[in-house]
Amino acid sequence: MDAVLQFTVNGILIGGVYSLIALGIVLIYKSSRVFNFAAGEMVMFGAFFMWTLLDYLGLPLIASLLLTMFFTGVVGLIMERLAIHPLIGQPLLSAILVTLGLADILRGVAMLFWGGASERLSEFLPGKAIFIGNIVFPMDLLWCFGISITIFGALFLFYQKTAVGLAMRAVAEDHQVAQARGISVGKIFAIVWFITGIIAATGGILLSYRIGVTQFISLISLKAFPAVLLGGLESIGGALLGGLLVGLLENLTGGLIAPWLMETTPYIVLIFVLLIRPDGLFGLKRIERI
Amino acid sequence: MATYRPCGTRNFSYKQDMAIIRNPFNWAALAIGLLLLFLSPLLFSGVVINLMNFVGITIIAVQGLNLLTGYCGQISLGQSAFMGVGAYIVGILATRYNMNFLLALPCGALGAGLVGLLFGTPSVRIKGFYLAMATLAAQFIIPALIANPLEPITNGSESLRVPAPQIGEFLFNTPQRLFYIIIPLTVLLVFFAESLSRTGIGRAFVAIRDDDLAAEVMGINVFRYKLTAFFICSVYAGVAGGLWAYWLRSINPDHFTLTESIWYFGMLIAGGMGSVTGAVFGVIFLRILEHFLLDFSLFLTCLFPGFASTTGLQQALTPIVYGLVIVLFLVFEPRGLNHRWEIIKASWRLRPFAY
Repeated sequence: MDAVLQFTVNGILIGGVYSLIALGIVLIYKSSRVFNFAAGEMVMFGAFFMWTLLDYLGLPLIASLLLTMFFTGVVGLIMERLAIHPLIGQPLLSAILVTLGLADILRGVAMLFWGGASERLSEFLPGKAIFIGNIVFPMDLLWCFGISITIFGALFLFYQKTAVGLAMRAVAEDHQVAQARGISVGKIFAIVWFITGIIAATGGILLSYRIGVTQFISLISLKAFPAVLLGGLESIGGALLGGLLVGLLENLTGGLIAPWLMETTPYIVLIFVLLIRPDGLFGLKRIERI
Repeated sequence: MATYRPCGTRNFSYKQDMAIIRNPFNWAALAIGLLLLFLSPLLFSGVVINLMNFVGITIIAVQGLNLLTGYCGQISLGQSAFMGVGAYIVGILATRYNMNFLLALPCGALGAGLVGLLFGTPSVRIKGFYLAMATLAAQFIIPALIANPLEPITNGSESLRVPAPQIGEFLFNTPQRLFYIIIPLTVLLVFFAESLSRTGIGRAFVAIRDDDLAAEVMGINVFRYKLTAFFICSVYAGVAGGLWAYWLRSINPDHFTLTESIWYFGMLIAGGMGSVTGAVFGVIFLRILEHFLLDFSLFLTCLFPGFASTTGLQQALTPIVYGLVIVLFLVFEPRGLNHRWEIIKASWRLRPFAY
């Protein structure tokens, strides 16, 4: 029984990070209908930037956090300008495939500059693990969860309360109508990719804090894909729930049944989601008209 | 077919209209080309022949993907996982049951086809991007299954050693000998793909790609043809995987990763989707580029010693090159190398008049 509870706790806590990465994908999908397959690599870049700034160059913590977010945001911006933007008006398939190509490029560039070695971030999060009964709440996971949820909340407020957020929602609704109201769709795309970069950087810092700075992070981040589809491609709340569910399921199956299921369960879940409810829990129903 | 003949070239019979090889010049070119191809083990060194074998295997896999994606419009990100299924079925039949390769290869192809059919079933309800996600799931589930629950028969992450194929007493144990298994099969399967694209099935695929609703209204059983496409694609992958097993003689779940699947896609994009010749061009172009990257990274490490190791540099440059090829072709030449080739042919034919 304790084991079940422990895995539940671990799963939900790590699920927070998956939700965060999923949020980045949902934001881009909402505004431009492009599914960002390079999300995992952006997260990895965040982790590498953080390591370089904090441990390699020895900058202070706050400075390296902010610079990491800024740099990863710029990576997102560059990707949008150089590859996604020229494909506006082309079939959507091309825009999706181009993100696969971008993912490859990012992986290669990371390999070029940081090599295949695995590094560790110096520990900067304070506190010790909390025990409640026999269940451990590991400190790093608690921080991961807390920060993820905070960013989630902040972004939600940004989306609902600011003018730029309103413009982003308008673009998500309808490009032409938004343009008619004087919103620059191109500018909004750029902002969205920049914000996604910031989110990815946060996810990368949190993940690397837990598992180390490696290329492997991009594979872990791919678990955000099942989370996105589970929650529904257009739903921000869905991304949160999807991420938590994926974290929970992978920890329960991986911990209680067989360790290899840890990596595979999210994709098995994905298949079932696609078979039973392709639009996810909160996604918009797609209606086809002739 | 949709290719337009130049002015003055007329067809006088149905047979003539349908012919793939149209005139004596084509026949001669084909005969000489095939002759040179099959004599190449006598002409080139083992390294070149090995590369040709590799290219042949990849052409088969990409040709299958082309039928599914280029013609039928269904995205599959799981081609290399299906190759893995074929490779492991062949490997297990060859090692545990001592089966002859003439029997094992069709078994592997069929097995991969059935697995492909299984992962193609979600296409009843979903399409486009969602289907890509289903095949992406296949790409993660299949190698995990091979490495873990099936470990007793597949050796898991320890490699499975495959014996050399054999007919009677003759062992196909060198690249030169394997060449005569791989390349004829490649030629045959490329020819089959070209022929299939011209039959009713091929036209139904194209109709589904262009507009599946319209295709359904026209009386095409969309689901059935989608499944057919999945089956054929995975059979191609199975053959490629089986040949891969005999070519490398040692197979590992790590050979069949998402990266490989995406690279097959890159080759398809570079060559031009929806054309059989394009797929061949794309594979040859990218595999040769990949091969020369090794020399290039050696050169770079000599130029800048101490910057990075040769293998590290190669590992870094390969994804960059593949990624760049995908991005640049999608942005600047979405119809691929095949389109260029058609333009060159047309301008040669129309010379000296530009139009």
